[in-house]
Amino acid sequence: MKLDSKIPEGPLAQKWTNAKFNYKLVNPANKRRYSVIVVGSGLAGGAAAATLGELGYNVKCFCYQDSPRRAHSIAAQGGINAAKNYQNDGDSIFRLFYDTIKGGDFRSREANVYRLAEVSVDIIDQCVASGVPFAREYGGMLANRSFGGAQVSRTFYARGQTGQQLLLGAYQSLSRQIALGQVKMYNRHEMLDVVKVDGVAKGIITRNMVTGKIDRWAADVVVLATGGYSTVYFLSTNAAGCNVTAAWRAHKRGAGFANPCFTQIHPTCIPQEGEHQSKLTLMSESLRNDGRVWVPKKAEDCAKNPNDIPEDARDYFLERKYPSFGNLAPRDISSRAAKEVCDEGRGVGAAIAGVRRGVYLDFADSIKRLGKNVIAERYGNLFDMYENITGENAYERPMRIYPAPHYTMGGLWVDYNLMTTVPGLFAAGEANYSDHGANRLGASALMQGLADGYFVLPYTISNYLATIPLGQAGKIDPNGPDFEEAENNVRSMTDKMMSIKGKTSPRSVHIELGKIMWDNCGMARSKESLTDAIARIGQLRERFWNDVCIPGEADNINIELERAGRVADHLEFAELMCYDALDRDESCGGHFRLEHQTEDGEAVRHDDQYGHVSVWEFNGVGKAPVKHIEPLEYENVQLGVRSYK
Amino acid sequence: MSAKTLNLTLRVWRQKKPEAAGQFVTYKIDKISPDSSFLEMMDLLNEQLIEQGDEPVAFDHDCREGICGMCSMTINGVPHGKNRLQTTCQLHMRSFSDGDTITIEPFRAKPFPVMRDLVVDRTPLDSIIQSGGYITQRVGSAEDANAVPISKTIADKAMDAAACIGCGACVAVCPNASAMLFTSAKMSQLNMLPQGKPEKDRRALHMVQAMDDNGFGNCTNIGECEAACPVGISLDFIAMMNRDYAVAKVKKIFSGAA
Repeated sequence: MKLDSKIPEGPLAQKWTNAKFNYKLVNPANKRRYSVIVVGSGLAGGAAAATLGELGYNVKCFCYQDSPRRAHSIAAQGGINAAKNYQNDGDSIFRLFYDTIKGGDFRSREANVYRLAEVSVDIIDQCVASGVPFAREYGGMLANRSFGGAQVSRTFYARGQTGQQLLLGAYQSLSRQIALGQVKMYNRHEMLDVVKVDGVAKGIITRNMVTGKIDRWAADVVVLATGGYSTVYFLSTNAAGCNVTAAWRAHKRGAGFANPCFTQIHPTCIPQEGEHQSKLTLMSESLRNDGRVWVPKKAEDCAKNPNDIPEDARDYFLERKYPSFGNLAPRDISSRAAKEVCDEGRGVGAAIAGVRRGVYLDFADSIKRLGKNVIAERYGNLFDMYENITGENAYERPMRIYPAPHYTMGGLWVDYNLMTTVPGLFAAGEANYSDHGANRLGASALMQGLADGYFVLPYTISNYLATIPLGQAGKIDPNGPDFEEAENNVRSMTDKMMSIKGKTSPRSVHIELGKIMWDNCGMARSKESLTDAIARIGQLRERFWNDVCIPGEADNINIELERAGRVADHLEFAELMCYDALDRDESCGGHFRLEHQTEDGEAVRHDDQYGHVSVWEFNGVGKAPVKHIEPLEYENVQLGVRSYK
Repeated sequence: MSAKTLNLTLRVWRQKKPEAAGQFVTYKIDKISPDSSFLEMMDLLNEQLIEQGDEPVAFDHDCREGICGMCSMTINGVPHGKNRLQTTCQLHMRSFSDGDTITIEPFRAKPFPVMRDLVVDRTPLDSIIQSGGYITQRVGSAEDANAVPISKTIADKAMDAAACIGCGACVAVCPNASAMLFTSAKMSQLNMLPQGKPEKDRRALHMVQAMDDNGFGNCTNIGECEAACPVGISLDFIAMMNRDYAVAKVKKIFSGAA
């Protein structure tokens, strides 16, 4: 596996400009002869499909939901960062770049992150032009809020529904291209394999989730924008349908997987209530702008009504430990601090397995200072959602929150052009690893998804397509042997799963896998826990393949067959995650190894040994993967100990 | 957190294929936590069915936090259940009592054919958006985002309309299967904003045409849609749409434009 990051020449601020100038172009009249497959219709996939269609390429877009508007980007609440400096508070492209690199604990590629910060300003312009109703001030100008890990206000938002509005903006542009015939949309289709012809990605295999039909699709280039893999923990903030299948099957076809152990445990989620639960719900980090996080100082106060606990008996632990960032400390740091106080026995809410796992997020001071109306205007929908789920009124009683698996920084390895190690196969948005290092800052996922979809892929895909001779454009034969082999591969996996007819439901296996991963490869990891996890995942996988039960037929809507396929992939992928976490013998961002911490529990990095991207090559199921390294070189920032004190 | 659990009787619509006949099948389910969501209760029902060797009930769902619009279900005759301002996924079992019988059907509307059990086809809503629910604008051509001030009142009102999650409850609850609330929300959002003005008339004519072409009925001012809407889209937008449509139609008659 050869890793060529293809970072363009020139000073940091000139790299993207240079790259764009050096990229090859496809003549406008010839664009329609090239075909593009985009898998996924979220911010990255939807924006890419719409923009590539608008440029004139023949695009096919696939999603597993009933409409492209359902993609899970829609659930992002808080906002999107951009270095507009509309607040005159000292923001700049370089500052956004620096904050993102530092927030990622110095494990991302400088050139990619700088480009992200650079195009962030164009994203806001683009979204406003497409009708996204961002929050505004009375003078008619755009409003901003601040977010974790930054000391400027650079986050644009649409109430607590920013992801929804940005996604619908992209979906509307996509809809226009669908109406024009530039994009052909395939809903309720799940991608189950990537097809390579002579080592180059030339198509995909899908299952029609309504009829069960297995189809072959050929194209000149394939883009995966299929999101992250937090559902490996079963309980996460992701949608129930989110999965690692597309990325994993691409990995099995040769795409390197980068830093899979970098997962983000988001600090502000509604705590788990019981064993019945199917997902965890995020409460936007923006709440930390006006909410103060605390637990009782004494364990014996934990069961009391929080309103009866006097001020001097409360421990505002984030403000105490990180005075300069306070409640806005970055996600990994806030999450660990919450876990620590709960481990000490000072958590609040219902006890699960004997431990109360929750901390208060208290709005009483803000309501006193600003009035209930202001708080309701800023966060009303979140307070409503909280009440729907918990039955509690957060205007009157502090919210309870606890960290939950949320975003995955790791993903398919990509070069500067967002191409994976398989030529012709690109990965965008959360599906790639490129921009967030070991920890993502709030309001940066929307930024990256749209940056990749609107502003990066349209250039880099054109550059790639321009290398395919016009005579060969759009002429891939889906009846060739490679397509046949891939289709048979998909069919045999389906047949095998259907034929087991055992006693174990796919959901119960998923729950069990999630527990293994959360306990052993969650917020704290160690050599012992990871070794144990690898052994147990192997056993669970064996049980799945011997005893899974999928009722019904494969040629109809079959929700258990869909679930089983995704669980099967998670059972292989989880092992890779643990191998990566075991190999990375340092603490860094969201990856916290118990062996590597300071006396007061802060992460200790080892830049000399692990200042690189770990890229894994598939080596067979149940076999240790092969590690490759992309060294990270920092020319513009000084590596430092990340301090938010 | 409540200790008491619920024992329930479920009457669930089962239908194997779009063309097959459907029927209600009754199931018993016990020991449901009041803190479970409705869909978690359905998950448990499915686990129970698999254990008994039956096929699980197919239903649509995804985000399970009330925003993606994928969950549907008509619960005791009301799309998304009787609680106001709530999707099915946000409905929790504490809204029910021990011993209740709950009737669970798909969204019922002619333009939304049943595909299996509780799964319906809502792609006609996508067709309406494709007909004009967008702003024509090339990526890369936008001016600075603050170049055109938009008053807070307009921005807020546009956001009220834009909150629509596209679930189709408004259609399912309407005796006419009208998609006016859905269509008017998107049309009003875009027509209100300065960026959407150039295509205002065209948008109004095309989106209304698309509603008719996709088999949705007309609005007869019943108002059930507003009551069923999980995000509180106001009927006012239907009035705005009617006005925009009337203006566009008159202009078209006199100028032939749009």
